[in-house]
Amino acid sequence: MPDYQNIFTSVQVRGPTYPGVPMGAGNWPREGKPFFFYWMGKIGDAQIGPFYLGGLGIMSLLFGFIAIEIIGLNMWASVGWDPLQFIRQLPWLALEPPPAKYGLSFPPMNEGGWWLMAGFFLTASILLWWARMYRRAKALGMGTHTAWAFAAAIWLYLVLGFIRPVLMGSWSEAVPFGIFPHLDWTAAFSIRYGNLFYNPFHMLSIAFLYGSTLLFAMHGATILAVSRLGGEREIEQVVDRGTASERAALFWRWTMGFNATMESIHRWAWWFAVLCPLTGGIGIILTGTAVDNWFLWGVKHGIAPGYPVIDPAVVDPAVAP
Amino acid sequence: MTHSSCVRSVLALAGIALLIPLTGCERPSADTLQTGFRGTAMVQLETASNTAEKLAANQLPPPTAALPPSGTKASAMYQNVQILGDLDSNEFTQLMLAMTSWVAPKEGCAYCHDAANLADDSKYTKVVARRMIQMTQSINADWSAHVKETGVTCFTCHRGQPVPANIWYSNDGYTPRVAYAGYRAGQNVAADSVALASLPEDPFSPMLRDSGQIRVSSNHPLPAIGKPTPDIKQTENTYGLMMHVSDALGVNCNYCHNSRLFSNWQESTPQRVQAWHGIQMARTLNNEYLEPLKSTLPAERLGPVMADAPKANCTTCHQGAAKPLLGVSMAKDYPSLRSHGTTTAAAPAVDTTPAPPATPAP
Repeated sequence: MPDYQNIFTSVQVRGPTYPGVPMGAGNWPREGKPFFFYWMGKIGDAQIGPFYLGGLGIMSLLFGFIAIEIIGLNMWASVGWDPLQFIRQLPWLALEPPPAKYGLSFPPMNEGGWWLMAGFFLTASILLWWARMYRRAKALGMGTHTAWAFAAAIWLYLVLGFIRPVLMGSWSEAVPFGIFPHLDWTAAFSIRYGNLFYNPFHMLSIAFLYGSTLLFAMHGATILAVSRLGGEREIEQVVDRGTASERAALFWRWTMGFNATMESIHRWAWWFAVLCPLTGGIGIILTGTAVDNWFLWGVKHGIAPGYPVIDPAVVDPAVAP
Repeated sequence: MTHSSCVRSVLALAGIALLIPLTGCERPSADTLQTGFRGTAMVQLETASNTAEKLAANQLPPPTAALPPSGTKASAMYQNVQILGDLDSNEFTQLMLAMTSWVAPKEGCAYCHDAANLADDSKYTKVVARRMIQMTQSINADWSAHVKETGVTCFTCHRGQPVPANIWYSNDGYTPRVAYAGYRAGQNVAADSVALASLPEDPFSPMLRDSGQIRVSSNHPLPAIGKPTPDIKQTENTYGLMMHVSDALGVNCNYCHNSRLFSNWQESTPQRVQAWHGIQMARTLNNEYLEPLKSTLPAERLGPVMADAPKANCTTCHQGAAKPLLGVSMAKDYPSLRSHGTTTAAAPAVDTTPAPPATPAP
């Protein structure tokens, strides 16, 4: 049975396309005539469409388009409308937030005003997309777990671009829209506030981030390993454990003395993923508002160990006698 | 070709394509030198290729032959010797010959002098050269905290070129290239000055010309209520300057800093103290010697944005080496460059009014 030892899905089922369950009042019709696409079937379901757009979806795409246009056109204007430089330097380009002197007021358009507008439209787009996810889940009679997981990511986004700048009293505290610039911003943020690695919420966030990848690998590997025994029918096996479920459980009890269940492993994964941005957001919101230097805070609270002095002759020359 | 063998060859090709980026990597043959406590990652890396590169880039010029003393002062032998008049005339000649080989080997004496009347000050290059001799003397005499006993000569920066290869002009009069959009706060271009980071491309005007605040992290764990604190943009200026220092010296951050807390002096190396003096030195040189040359220099030597005089930063001397010219002292053979000369001048041709002094901290 070598079928499940391939990195791509080997089994593709072909029947009539399925339009989905009928939808009640207050819903738009689904768009498009569904069709099968063999190569998409290699990594997922081969059926493409129909697609549900809806009012929230249209508004979200429109607002998102406006935000990307503002960001992209400002990037292009920053190289004097030179198309070659726009492509060549794209990873370096950005739309910067206003300088500190404007505080929380609305700055001139070309000194951060465009940044505020882009932020507004991007935030509106993201929130509309969140509402759309929530509504689509409800329309299918599902739980809203996906929407709440997405909300955790939105929380971190809002902390970085809105909540913390408001608490600090200046839009200049926010992140630029750009590829390298937002990474340089992150490093500068850590330098300014005495090394974010000593921030316990940053530590938790990293633990949940790496923990998520570990859990993802453990779970994916376990299910693939028992799918020759029907292990991919996970949810049925929550209530009706077959041999696949038993063997998977036994494997983990043998290797680490404890096993998750076919249901609980998904709670583990959901909470690890969601706690990554939730704790990260708390860490960011405390930085500069409650703590000004995380390393010194860590020393004060016994987190950071002291190391031997490299050379006792090294003293701050600005205060040296 | 069967379907599955076709898929296999596609996968194989994709695998090879994934390896292509690795060709940009250096062969893993770096020597590491530990400079701090174990576990702090304080190591310097040196590879065979960058050692060879540095050796090639730091070849010394042929030495000038020392002449026996003539017993006559330069001021008695020549006219209009304003700052080197107390030298023995032969030592003076030797220095002039050395300067020609350091600064204008192709152009020769006539780059600065009127060949018909060597004493004439009509060429701006001669006026600038005189001021630069004074600058060199000041660096060696007043800034031993930075240049130690090694000292500098004209060659440290010039390397056989009339204008040193690594100079900088102000760009802080930056205005957006488009009036209504494209605000980038003086950063976010691929700038050599900050080692191709997207950090502010001119950290020099605020930090090496003005006395901008370099220290951005606080010395206490909790925020000081009601006190203005450096913001992220200011931090990016510091970060940009530090990228420049690292690039200029060919070293990592932890040549000077323990990266667990960059600002902490206790866990820094002695090199950081020397670098601090270097920053003070660059500020002073830019304000007292280089920027005042603006009125002497012709327009084509001035900056494209602010029409300012060319100025110095770490790269001007260091040029990729932690010790310029790999630590070889050329200055030891030229005692006249190691102390302030006696000024026996008529009014100096340059406006030498010192700029407001750079405040020592930070």
